[in-house]
Amino acid sequence: MSESLQVPTMSEFMAQGKQPEVVFWVGCAGSFDDRAKKITKAFVKLLNKANVKFAVLGTEESCTGDPAKRSGNEFLFQMQAATNIEVLNAYEVKKIVTACPHCFNTIKNEYPGLGGDYEVMHHTQFLKTLLNEGRLTIEGGRYKGKRITFHDPCYLGRANQVYEAPRDLIIKLEAELVEMKNCRRNGLCCGAGGAQMFKEPEKGNKDINVERTEQALEIKPEIIAAGCPFCNTMMTDGVKAKNQEAKVEVMDVAELIANAQDL
Amino acid sequence: MNYLFNILFAIVLIVGIGYFARNVKKLIRNIKLGKSKPITGDTSQRWKNMINIALGQSKMVRRPISGVLHIIVYVGFIIINLEVLEIIIDGLFGTHRIGLKILNASVYGFLIGVFEVLAIGVLVSVIIFWIRRNLIKIKRFLSSEMKGWPKNDGNIILYFEVVLMCLFLIMNATDTSFQDLNSGNVVSQFIAPLFNNFSESTLHLIERTAWWMHIIGILVFLNYLYYSKHLHILLAFPNTYYGNLNPKGQFDNNEAVTKEVQLMMDPNLDPFAAPAEGTEEEVPAKFGASDVQDLSWVNLLNAYTCTECGRCTSECPANQTGKTLSPRKIMMATRDRLVEVGKNIDANGGEYKDDGKQLLDDYITKEELWACTSCNACVEACPVSIDPLNIIMEMRQYLVMEQSAAPVELNNMMTNIENNGAPWPYNQMDRLNWKNE
Repeated sequence: MSESLQVPTMSEFMAQGKQPEVVFWVGCAGSFDDRAKKITKAFVKLLNKANVKFAVLGTEESCTGDPAKRSGNEFLFQMQAATNIEVLNAYEVKKIVTACPHCFNTIKNEYPGLGGDYEVMHHTQFLKTLLNEGRLTIEGGRYKGKRITFHDPCYLGRANQVYEAPRDLIIKLEAELVEMKNCRRNGLCCGAGGAQMFKEPEKGNKDINVERTEQALEIKPEIIAAGCPFCNTMMTDGVKAKNQEAKVEVMDVAELIANAQDL
Repeated sequence: MNYLFNILFAIVLIVGIGYFARNVKKLIRNIKLGKSKPITGDTSQRWKNMINIALGQSKMVRRPISGVLHIIVYVGFIIINLEVLEIIIDGLFGTHRIGLKILNASVYGFLIGVFEVLAIGVLVSVIIFWIRRNLIKIKRFLSSEMKGWPKNDGNIILYFEVVLMCLFLIMNATDTSFQDLNSGNVVSQFIAPLFNNFSESTLHLIERTAWWMHIIGILVFLNYLYYSKHLHILLAFPNTYYGNLNPKGQFDNNEAVTKEVQLMMDPNLDPFAAPAEGTEEEVPAKFGASDVQDLSWVNLLNAYTCTECGRCTSECPANQTGKTLSPRKIMMATRDRLVEVGKNIDANGGEYKDDGKQLLDDYITKEELWACTSCNACVEACPVSIDPLNIIMEMRQYLVMEQSAAPVELNNMMTNIENNGAPWPYNQMDRLNWKNE
């Protein structure tokens, strides 16, 4: 299956003297985390299906610096930013799409001040555009009529006011979109942001991901849809902690669309 | 003798307003202890935010019960204060209800009628507020940071409002000439019968007493603000004006760091070069914040503006799951420390003398700071555009860049980024391996 994936790199485009229409910023989770790699592949399948001329940076990509900045290491963040911006600018990149809201936020909002100006889209926004342009069709397939709830990633929702694109896509799957009590701007964090992903939580009476999973389970979804690899991990762990993994799946919006078409 | 009351009134007024002005000067000086922060962006958007959020209370009504009650008190407070204008003119010039001489009786009656109805609205709302704070166990009013003074402060304000509204209504009820007018006494006509048995002169005495206590009460309340969480009635306006216009996920890039990184990345630069002639040895900037002076003046304005409603804390994922972090407490601690630094400056002839204390550790613990997920729920929840997250991030920056005091796992994560360009120990050369897996 994966043999059929077309994943050209920026340097390959460069060698042919061509420019892709968009650079797919895979991100560290999308590159290395086993669960997130599936999201990356699902998104690539959709890009291939829609005949999008995209490129990845491959081994020239490096962490955006988001977890460093949010841990307080401004120096490491800006070193990462400077390195990445140098690469992106050398390739004259104009447009970037990423499946990670943390990369999305950092490149979109924090790189311009450091010399990196790009049009940055979250993959759900990009897929929505493809759909609007008629380049991508979405069918319900196995998700037709399923109860799906969407967990808003903080860095997509509150941080950047993107609430509707992922929901529009889920509705296109002919699924039943159900909302948690706390959604959109009131969405509760999964617990991973601000570099929490990489450390043990402070002492408390509950883990944040369990609290959020309980909010999701309250409305009895068959699928918890996410738009962030870290939310995905946290919610998956939460579902396991509640022993619900047989009943409830945690899936990225891109995976839902790709699976529906058996890509 | 005729002018005794006028003079007395003028003195009360001057002392009341003068003392407040003195404290406002201190307040401004304290806020200016913060670092400068350029205010950029669309000015018209700033005015719009102030009008919508502060004047229009748009974020208050996201919680309908407290939101609507708050609007009643807020509208009542602003409109009834028009009455203060009349009181001041009457007091200074020895007139009685000057409004009646300027406006025709029905217009005047209408105005006072509205004030009286609002006064009842305020009274009822304030009583519900008191019940919410003291009888109903609403979680956000029971947090540990709300014990002691903050709880009393909240109640004192409510008592003030009750007393002021009662005095206003009693003043109208015992004013026989106003009652005889029978226009605008929509509420006070029902209070007046309570005083039926009193003689003319006693009634007059009660009316005068209520009048004096009303205006003195207002001046005391004005001066109480400086010592209270209630400053928000004034500071909500500048605070929403200066509130962040950028996307909430956009954190400031530290410019001092940008310069260093540029120097490091510049291949033409000789790192051992002597500083150019005439340039002074630059004092290395302190990264992040360990005390209030390291924060920006907007952070400090935020701290004075906070009225401790706790909406931020009730939305905070860390707080909801029992961690010590409370965004409200971050704001309260910042203000408490700022007030302490201000007093220190006053006591030492205008200069701050090191008192061996700082915001970090003495007021805000590392444990609180590291529990934050930077999710922006607190910022979204604040009805007056306060940003507790910015303070948390400034303090984390100090911890990491000045003290290397990050939790071990975070240090590992950062070492990984430094060495491999990823937060996990994977080789950058393997970044595209997923393609063939």
